[in-house]
Amino acid sequence: MRKGPSWFNLTSIALGLAFLYLPIAILVIYSFNASRLVTVWGGWSIRWYAALLEDAALREAAATSIGIALVSAAAATVLGTLAALALTRLGRFRGRLPFSAMIYAPLVMPEVITGLSLLLLFVAIDFDRGFWTVSIAHATLTMCFVAVVVQARLVDFDRSLEEAAMDLGCPPLRTFLTVTLPLIAPAVAAGFLLAFSLSLDDLVIASFTTGPGATTLPIRIYSDVRLGVKPEINAVCTIMIAVVAVAMIAASLLTRRSASGGTPAPI
Amino acid sequence: MIGGGSEHRSWGDRLVVLVPYLWLALFFLLPFLIVFRISLSQTAIAQPPYTPLLDLAGGFGALREFVAGLSFDNYVTLASDTLYLASYLKSLEFAAIATALLLLIGYPIAYGISRASAKAQPILVMLIVLPFWTSFLIRVYAWINILQRDGLLNDALLALGLADAPLTWLATDTAVYIGLVYSYLPFMVLPLYATLQKMDDTLLEAAADLGCPRWRAFWQVTLPLSLPGVGAGALLCFIPIVGEFVIPDLLGGSQALMIGQTLWTEFFSNRDWPVASAVAVVLLTLLLVPIVVYQHMQTREIERSR
Repeated sequence: MRKGPSWFNLTSIALGLAFLYLPIAILVIYSFNASRLVTVWGGWSIRWYAALLEDAALREAAATSIGIALVSAAAATVLGTLAALALTRLGRFRGRLPFSAMIYAPLVMPEVITGLSLLLLFVAIDFDRGFWTVSIAHATLTMCFVAVVVQARLVDFDRSLEEAAMDLGCPPLRTFLTVTLPLIAPAVAAGFLLAFSLSLDDLVIASFTTGPGATTLPIRIYSDVRLGVKPEINAVCTIMIAVVAVAMIAASLLTRRSASGGTPAPI
Repeated sequence: MIGGGSEHRSWGDRLVVLVPYLWLALFFLLPFLIVFRISLSQTAIAQPPYTPLLDLAGGFGALREFVAGLSFDNYVTLASDTLYLASYLKSLEFAAIATALLLLIGYPIAYGISRASAKAQPILVMLIVLPFWTSFLIRVYAWINILQRDGLLNDALLALGLADAPLTWLATDTAVYIGLVYSYLPFMVLPLYATLQKMDDTLLEAAADLGCPRWRAFWQVTLPLSLPGVGAGALLCFIPIVGEFVIPDLLGGSQALMIGQTLWTEFFSNRDWPVASAVAVVLLTLLLVPIVVYQHMQTREIERSR
């Protein structure tokens, strides 16, 4: 059987990629449109980016979002890495099944359910809603993504290195810090970046768990979008796309180097 | 800390499990129990807007009062008002048709990538994944630009002479399907690619040697072997689509709401938290079987690679 690209395979890949990228490309191009009318092309301009600089509320929302993304991604990276270690290195501990269930369920759980249930928890324990509640909510969701990414790396690396260190009398914690952690570091870093961008993007869970004074960027964009298309939103979205694209390319380069020709990361 | 097979567990080992375990129990599991509890309470004009939860300080008397106070009124409301039933059915319909469309569109793409050269494959996979990390919100918003009445799609159709007058795309089911397929395509392509890529090429060679035409080899060898990927992709799309909110809210019409929108409206507009909780409990019950099947597949995958 001939292995190689047939015209059918090439067409389906090309059409698929065009479908995925064309709408984003149009959005980016129209963010540089000089005309106020979003559907009429009035020449190239960066006036909407300049307008963004003067929008104090938007700047504040962006700062809130970045703060929440940093805090929640840091927490998610620690929690997710621990969870991945627990799933791959500890064999069959008691309660392993419900544990792995709790790792995988949030990945597919509709966001409206996760958001509503976390909000009701915060209300029930009378926790002031705002920056910290959104951060906790995001850390809970994204730690599961981190766990999946780190676990994929832990599963396919050579255990004999750890065993050798232990046989030579290296204590477990030191083995982890000097042998295991450097080996899984690229996956951990990739997990952090994924958690960061997921948090930066989330609308639904943030809407439920936020409080007065902690409006995130997606919440702000959503309330604008409901009122119709505005050129300023095109500009904000283009900046967000650029930030996420850079983070993701960095993340995939990190995991690819670490996998060194192995199977691709699951995400 | 990372000691594998030893029977005795050190404190470090315990900590590795306990910290994430407790976090998930507190912020993932416990909240569901609270949702369940509030779905059984009455709406109240108060802050928070539901009758009080169990007060443990009250002792046995409070417990009896608590059990007596449980009410199924919210579920009766859900069952008696056709709005909710219509909403659940609409969500299942959207999710089922969108998943079928995703399979039809995603399979050829995944197949194409799995046949590409070993060097091109990781790059193509990355190109498929990249848009997925841009927010739902932005990707859905991008389609508003295109689908609105004086948007680019109508401009293109008019210019090509395919339409005489601008067509209505926004606020229709078609727009929701476009948004769903667009947003979930990577979720379908990746699991399909993962199984197709692992497939043993010698099977196809054997089929070809025995005179089996290519289409028949695909139908009898490739497709059956890729069914685990089909199942994983379908579940990975179907489950979240049932509860989808952003896409139908921004692209869909107002006649038929999906259940995610109904929950959102009950919570944010009507401020009826108990009914919103009941909607969530029913939605979760609907999704329980697909979620358990998905979990089972994931766990099996992990156990195999260990």
